[in-house]
Amino acid sequence: MLSLRNLTKNPSGLAAALLAGTAMLVPGAMSAQEKENVITAVMHSPLRVLDPIITTAHITRDHGYMVYDVLTAVDDTFTPQPQMADWEISDDNLVYTFTLRDGLTFHDGAPVTGEDVVASLKRWGDRDSGGQLIFDVTESLEATDDKTIVWTLSEPFGPMLDVISKQSAVPPFIMPARIAATSPDETITEYIGSGPFVFNTDEYEPGVSVTYEKFDEYVPRDEPASWMAGGKVVNVDKVIWTAMPDAVTAVNALGAGEIDYIEMSQMDLIPLMESNPDVVVETRDKLGYVTIGRPNHMQPPFDNKLVRQAAMAALDQKSVLETMQGSEEYYNVCGAIFGCSTPLGDEADSELLTGGANIEKAKALLEEAGYDGTPIVLMAPTDVVTLVNQPVVAAQALREAGFTVDMQSMDWQSVVQRRPNQGPVDEGGWHIFFTNWMVPEISDPLINVMVNGRGDDAWFGWPDDPKIEELRADFIAATDDATRKEVAVEIQKHVMDNVNYIMLGEYITPQARRTAIENILPSPVPVFWNVTKKME
Amino acid sequence: MARSLSLLRARAPLAAINNKDPQSMFVYILKRVLATIPVMVIVAIFVFLLLRLTPGDPAAILAGDAATPAQIERIRDRLGLNDPLLVQFFTWIGQLLRGDMGTSLLSNTPVSGMVASRLGPTINIALMTIVISVALAVPMGVIAAWRHRTWVDFLVMAFSVLGFSVPVFVIGYILIQIFAIDLRWVPVQGYKDPSEGLGAFFSRAILPSLTLATIYIALIARMTRASMLEVLGEDYIRTARAKGVRENTLLFRHALRNAAVPILTIIGTGFALLISGVVVTESVFNIPGIGRLTVDAILARDYPVIQAMILLTAGIYVFVNLLVDISYSFFDPRIRY
Repeated sequence: MLSLRNLTKNPSGLAAALLAGTAMLVPGAMSAQEKENVITAVMHSPLRVLDPIITTAHITRDHGYMVYDVLTAVDDTFTPQPQMADWEISDDNLVYTFTLRDGLTFHDGAPVTGEDVVASLKRWGDRDSGGQLIFDVTESLEATDDKTIVWTLSEPFGPMLDVISKQSAVPPFIMPARIAATSPDETITEYIGSGPFVFNTDEYEPGVSVTYEKFDEYVPRDEPASWMAGGKVVNVDKVIWTAMPDAVTAVNALGAGEIDYIEMSQMDLIPLMESNPDVVVETRDKLGYVTIGRPNHMQPPFDNKLVRQAAMAALDQKSVLETMQGSEEYYNVCGAIFGCSTPLGDEADSELLTGGANIEKAKALLEEAGYDGTPIVLMAPTDVVTLVNQPVVAAQALREAGFTVDMQSMDWQSVVQRRPNQGPVDEGGWHIFFTNWMVPEISDPLINVMVNGRGDDAWFGWPDDPKIEELRADFIAATDDATRKEVAVEIQKHVMDNVNYIMLGEYITPQARRTAIENILPSPVPVFWNVTKKME
Repeated sequence: MARSLSLLRARAPLAAINNKDPQSMFVYILKRVLATIPVMVIVAIFVFLLLRLTPGDPAAILAGDAATPAQIERIRDRLGLNDPLLVQFFTWIGQLLRGDMGTSLLSNTPVSGMVASRLGPTINIALMTIVISVALAVPMGVIAAWRHRTWVDFLVMAFSVLGFSVPVFVIGYILIQIFAIDLRWVPVQGYKDPSEGLGAFFSRAILPSLTLATIYIALIARMTRASMLEVLGEDYIRTARAKGVRENTLLFRHALRNAAVPILTIIGTGFALLISGVVVTESVFNIPGIGRLTVDAILARDYPVIQAMILLTAGIYVFVNLLVDISYSFFDPRIRY
């Protein structure tokens, strides 16, 4: 009998009774979802923006690949391949004719037509920097019939197919023309694509959970899946992305079988996961990410090339990467601004960058530049795990070289808000910040926004660099891979000299999965076609 | 005599209600409700201005990292973020007066729907926490006062200090390790609405509720003990005990009722605190409640959501305080409105 006196003798009795009572209720509750072949995944970020054209956010791009299909796509050799359409190129490289393959259907049952493709490409071209370059030389883009799209250029654009096949940051996803008619500055409100998964509007909770169901009408290509190209064969009924703000909870949930997959493992929790025989920790994306420092070319002292070179000499990639990742298994010292494992990647002239910190050289450069001790405002975000360490390591290295460093801690959104300020520090400006990119996002001179040298119109940091713009024009004009590679190496050498940005190396964030999940594509973008799940 | 004293005490609240002038009660409630209007207006102005003065740009967040300043500026225009502050403020107030909380800048979904879907988990967890806390803490406090300066008292106080001192997330992780990972009695994380089955709900709600309850048990137990110690020293308690009133009756019918007002205040404040969001617990147990919604919105500078959440929280505080004030009269017949 539960009396007052009993309770004083056994104070844990009530709590134990409550827990035991609920335990009896659990089995039925936990088994309901398991009957369907459902993959529950924790992605790198919650999904809040559903328009894959308006934003460059990776999670929205990943959502885009679930729901939408693309005209062409790169495979794991960075080679454009047909996806929704095959193409023909005129002899003068001015006319691209795309022909849609059979069986393409939107999730509302309507067939995909040339008009849908044209409207989608136009909206994308307004938002994407590579797309803008193509549209700058576009004479016309029209659907000549339901299955044929003719894109006519006023002058050859060598990397045309590479740009429209790119996997990040904003691929040209194809949506119905009525949805693509939405202003590019306004988010779409209907989420209908022709991709392998259907977005479940009813079960969507922004920032919490999103459910994708297999699209039964989707006709995969016959070729094997390779990155974003090839046959997108769906082997499960549903994929649920659930947001888990606490990394430990996600690891516990994976260990207990409540979720199947974690896209990005927190480095310090990897040993915990590796100790569980039902969990596999592995590298999905061998290219990984790069981490970079971006100086402000508009404000002194970084408007002086010698001072930028001094900063580059002071920084040691290995120190930065070791602090970030903790194990050599998960990082790579790399001096190639287009990535060390990409077709255009080359480490030419990067000895100053990859040879470790050269403090004496940095000091000499500062002296030559006449650096007067102007404090360097270094923006240090404190709330993004992958961006916390770089500013701290860099600040110390810069101080050792003789810089006066004012490291200002702030949340990432404060960095985002302050970053567009081109003014001096006393008007809210800044000198240097750090960020990360997926390697495919920096893998060529048109995709890599940091090699844009158009001053005010360039990415934050605003280098006014006519030389690099000339080289980028040469890259666009080049019609063969060998010439493009030559130009890319020239750009590499130029960036090493001019220090448009400071490449701080490559790193990998491993994924974790239950052993029941197999056949995950080794792709930079996490995709859920091809994946199988054995019912446990 | 003892029996009649007991009956008198037991009937006192009912008598108080019956004797109360319903009109004066109604006037009191009406005054309190009207008094919330200036409070809410001040909160609205304050939160609106505070958000606009805080660094951060929802347009930049929406556009993503690779967007150019020109693209961000176009989105700012489209979202109305470049409008004069007064225009933005009155647009928002106009929406509120029409019962429209606005649309999330990021997800482009109605804020009212987002809040509604997040309110359920928070309220359910808060209710469960308060039920557990009151069920455990009030008897603990009563017994600690009753057995003042014995091992029972020291034990309750030790638990109380522990409940205050140990961070909530540590308690959460310990409970998860024991009951979800080692014993596998309950899931590690997640939330199911009671409409999806009581078993599913309780199995997921019990650990977060127990986690949150630790601090409230500590708080309520201490307050109950202190309040009871004061009452147990009163003459009428000594008289009742001398006349042979049973200890259970003495403690819970006579003493506790007279000690109830400060305890009710703590419970009310605690409930309001729970409703206003318990971010850490919601994160540790992956509960999609309003605490997480608020923090996510703040991190993303999603102004309409933040504004709605702060107004809602202020409203909840005012409402719960009103309920607590009204409830005083049910426990203490001396209180009149």
